[in-house]
Amino acid sequence: MAITDDVLVIGGGLAGTVAALSAAEHGGDVRLVTYKQSTLRHATGLIDVLGYTPEGEGPLADPFDAIDALPTGHPYERVGTDAVRDALLFFDALTGDTYGGAHTDSNALVPTSNGTVKPTARYPVGTAPGLAADPADTLFVGFETLPEFDGPLAAKHLEAAGVPFETRGVTLQFPGIKRADAKVTRYAHLLDWDEAVDIGRGETGARAALAAGVSDALEGETRVGFPPILGDDNHDVVRRDLEERLGVAVFEVPAGPPSLPGMRLEDQLYHALEEAGVNVTTGVPVVDYQAGDGDRIEHVLVDRKGQQVPYAASEYVLATGGLVGKGVDSDRTHVFEPIFDCHVAHAEDRYEWFVDDAFGDHPFASYGLEVDNELRPQDANGDLEFENLRAAGAVLSGYDFAAEKSGSGVSLSTGYVAGDRAGAEVSG
Amino acid sequence: MSDAAQPTDEHVPTDDDFEPIEVFPESTEMDLRPGADNCYKCSTCDTNCPVAEVDDEFPGPKFQGPEQWRLKRQDDHDIDDSVMKCSNCMRCDHACPSEVPLSQMHNTARGEYVEKQMSKRSLEYWRNRLLSNYRTMAHLGSKVPRLTNFMMGLGVTRVFNEKVLKITSEREFPAFATETFREWWDARGGYATSRERARAAREARGEKTTAETDKRIAYFHGCYSNYNTPEVGKALVRVYEHFGYEVMVPDQRCSGTPMYANGMLGDAERAAKTNVPELAAAIEEGADVIASCTSCSMSLRQEYPELFDIDGVHEVSNNTWEGLEYLRVHEDLKGELEGTTTDLPNLAYHAPCHARNQGLDGQAIEVLSAIDGVEAHDVGDSCSGISGTYGWKAENYDTSMKIGEEMFEHMEAADATHGLTECPTCSMQMEHGTGYDILHPLEILADALLDGGETQSSSGTGPA
Repeated sequence: MAITDDVLVIGGGLAGTVAALSAAEHGGDVRLVTYKQSTLRHATGLIDVLGYTPEGEGPLADPFDAIDALPTGHPYERVGTDAVRDALLFFDALTGDTYGGAHTDSNALVPTSNGTVKPTARYPVGTAPGLAADPADTLFVGFETLPEFDGPLAAKHLEAAGVPFETRGVTLQFPGIKRADAKVTRYAHLLDWDEAVDIGRGETGARAALAAGVSDALEGETRVGFPPILGDDNHDVVRRDLEERLGVAVFEVPAGPPSLPGMRLEDQLYHALEEAGVNVTTGVPVVDYQAGDGDRIEHVLVDRKGQQVPYAASEYVLATGGLVGKGVDSDRTHVFEPIFDCHVAHAEDRYEWFVDDAFGDHPFASYGLEVDNELRPQDANGDLEFENLRAAGAVLSGYDFAAEKSGSGVSLSTGYVAGDRAGAEVSG
Repeated sequence: MSDAAQPTDEHVPTDDDFEPIEVFPESTEMDLRPGADNCYKCSTCDTNCPVAEVDDEFPGPKFQGPEQWRLKRQDDHDIDDSVMKCSNCMRCDHACPSEVPLSQMHNTARGEYVEKQMSKRSLEYWRNRLLSNYRTMAHLGSKVPRLTNFMMGLGVTRVFNEKVLKITSEREFPAFATETFREWWDARGGYATSRERARAAREARGEKTTAETDKRIAYFHGCYSNYNTPEVGKALVRVYEHFGYEVMVPDQRCSGTPMYANGMLGDAERAAKTNVPELAAAIEEGADVIASCTSCSMSLRQEYPELFDIDGVHEVSNNTWEGLEYLRVHEDLKGELEGTTTDLPNLAYHAPCHARNQGLDGQAIEVLSAIDGVEAHDVGDSCSGISGTYGWKAENYDTSMKIGEEMFEHMEAADATHGLTECPTCSMQMEHGTGYDILHPLEILADALLDGGETQSSSGTGPA
């Protein structure tokens, strides 16, 4: 017997979790199946909607000024501007006071660990005190054993980028960590649990020891930026505790993978799934499907270490990611979508999939599924691949998220729409 | 071809048939190169490692796996001894977005470390060998269970364990059952009895009652439900018979899980050479293999084909299931459970890491919630911290309890009367950290579906 629900979402990243949550609002049985951990673990936790136009104009102060002008086939054009706004409202309700920028249209400029300034629509509240629009002088604190974030370098780069405040960087020892290969989760755990650390003249709590070191380094700056390691489960408490001890604002600077702000967002989304009663199956891939009557999917097959277990639903959402998430794959002859073999338009000659300039406009960056206005994948002739399949997130074609800074916004709005339509379909 | 740049390496032939993919011929032996090459250094594995989170001396799975594998291409490199700190929870496998076979790399490296670098005269080697060959200890101990339980509880034994063997005295050894599962099974009449009972059940269910049926399973009970918790094995047998399945109980040895974790690959392979032919023979007779312990099913499904080249190893891997999983897919389990009740409705469930890797993390709660009044609370996705023999070693005890802290807190906060999990060693840790009694989902299933105990027609020893 197939394991049966009303809506089945394949993929556990931002698009998949949001699709499952918006489908669940309609009241049916919803299941999310996810294989490996999603690219949220690589993500900054920032919700970019649109930072630059496809032509490279930007940074945009208001993404909605540009969304209406996006070309046909862009995911935002497919779902429509109103749906992007609705999806942001949905996200605001979901994340409550843990995210800043809620209920506004405009982009904020967030300093990053590379010393660049990134336009983004929503940002974790722990990032908020660091916004570039605020002219407060800033100290960036890096740690000897954490080479991913260099405080002095970030400070210099931001200065060069022309931020309207003084920047300075220092490199300190992180209390309790001596080895260079401790993981970011180790730093976070020390602060989360305020573990006792040896400071040479006895033991003290990790937070007090950290604050003491930073306090000595402060030279009148009114805010301090840290790499994003300020706790995991108790992040908010850790940050506020440090603020109290230091008497200045404390914020995290988004950095590369692995990224705790992305993991915290993931935790929030999965907690919301549990609250919404969504069944979650993790660790096993959907590998194939069984076609049913007409152009419908009867069930999909989940590989459970050798056994192919059927999972059935009335409506399906495909949110398996793009080239990084492996929802779009390639071999030496073609680019394909591995589960349903939906059509992926691409040049026949693989040497036309890319350009020589590493930072040029690579065609592969926007490879993915073409969809109708309901986000249903279409074949090469523009006919529906399946009546009961919708696609969301990076598996879609028509946009280059890295260049546009639109990755999270597209996942959020297409996930929201695909889940909402699928949920509406089954609730009749 | 376009006029874009072509590969120009001198050794590359230029004829049109050239396929660079074939430069490395397909290997017929275990080859970890493609797995190591798949790693794109995102470090998602490191963020999932429960040991790295509490121990800054542990360099994490990305190092233990692909990086160490590359270092080992240089002949003069030893395996780093930190590999022994890995608890073999296999969370890194579940995490990796690029299908790097991390646990296979860990198992291989650990095996090589123990074989080439650990002194066979060291106490650590013999302590680890003793722990990983739990079945041998259990086999002897269970001959005189009451005496063994008495001896293991003695202060002097625990001091000896702590001081000499470096087995922590903080934990109490699990008690041996006075009757093992296999003793119960044999006294009950073995397969012949099960066959009769299954036939009667099929008749009662209105299914076909002919002697020939494809409803047949081979139960892999593993060591723990044989020697320590035979009630789990009995629950499995009764539940499957209730659905009309004939149960076979093939000869078997340890699944190998504790041996991999201690780098004792030779011991694990010897056990596999008993298990694989026995289970393959049962499959040949039309049975599917069912395990009640999720680490046993993990081993048969994943580690066996990854590590051992034994005839039938893939048949066994492809036909092994976990106890609830099989029923859920082959029977209308939800329909059957609707309207049933249990005396044990308030449960705090912990999903074992190895269950998680088989896609079973949400299963117990989903299935059991169909029983009227059952409130099963998931206590979160953290690791219990014991990881089999890991938390028994004195040097790991503190780390083990630190990892478990999150689970203990969630269990204590849950409104529950009993703990629930599929894994025997998680169950020890849950009990040790919280004082809860811990049950297996199959026990709840048996309680809900069956009237209790064996029916009149049983030739067995009555209710356990």
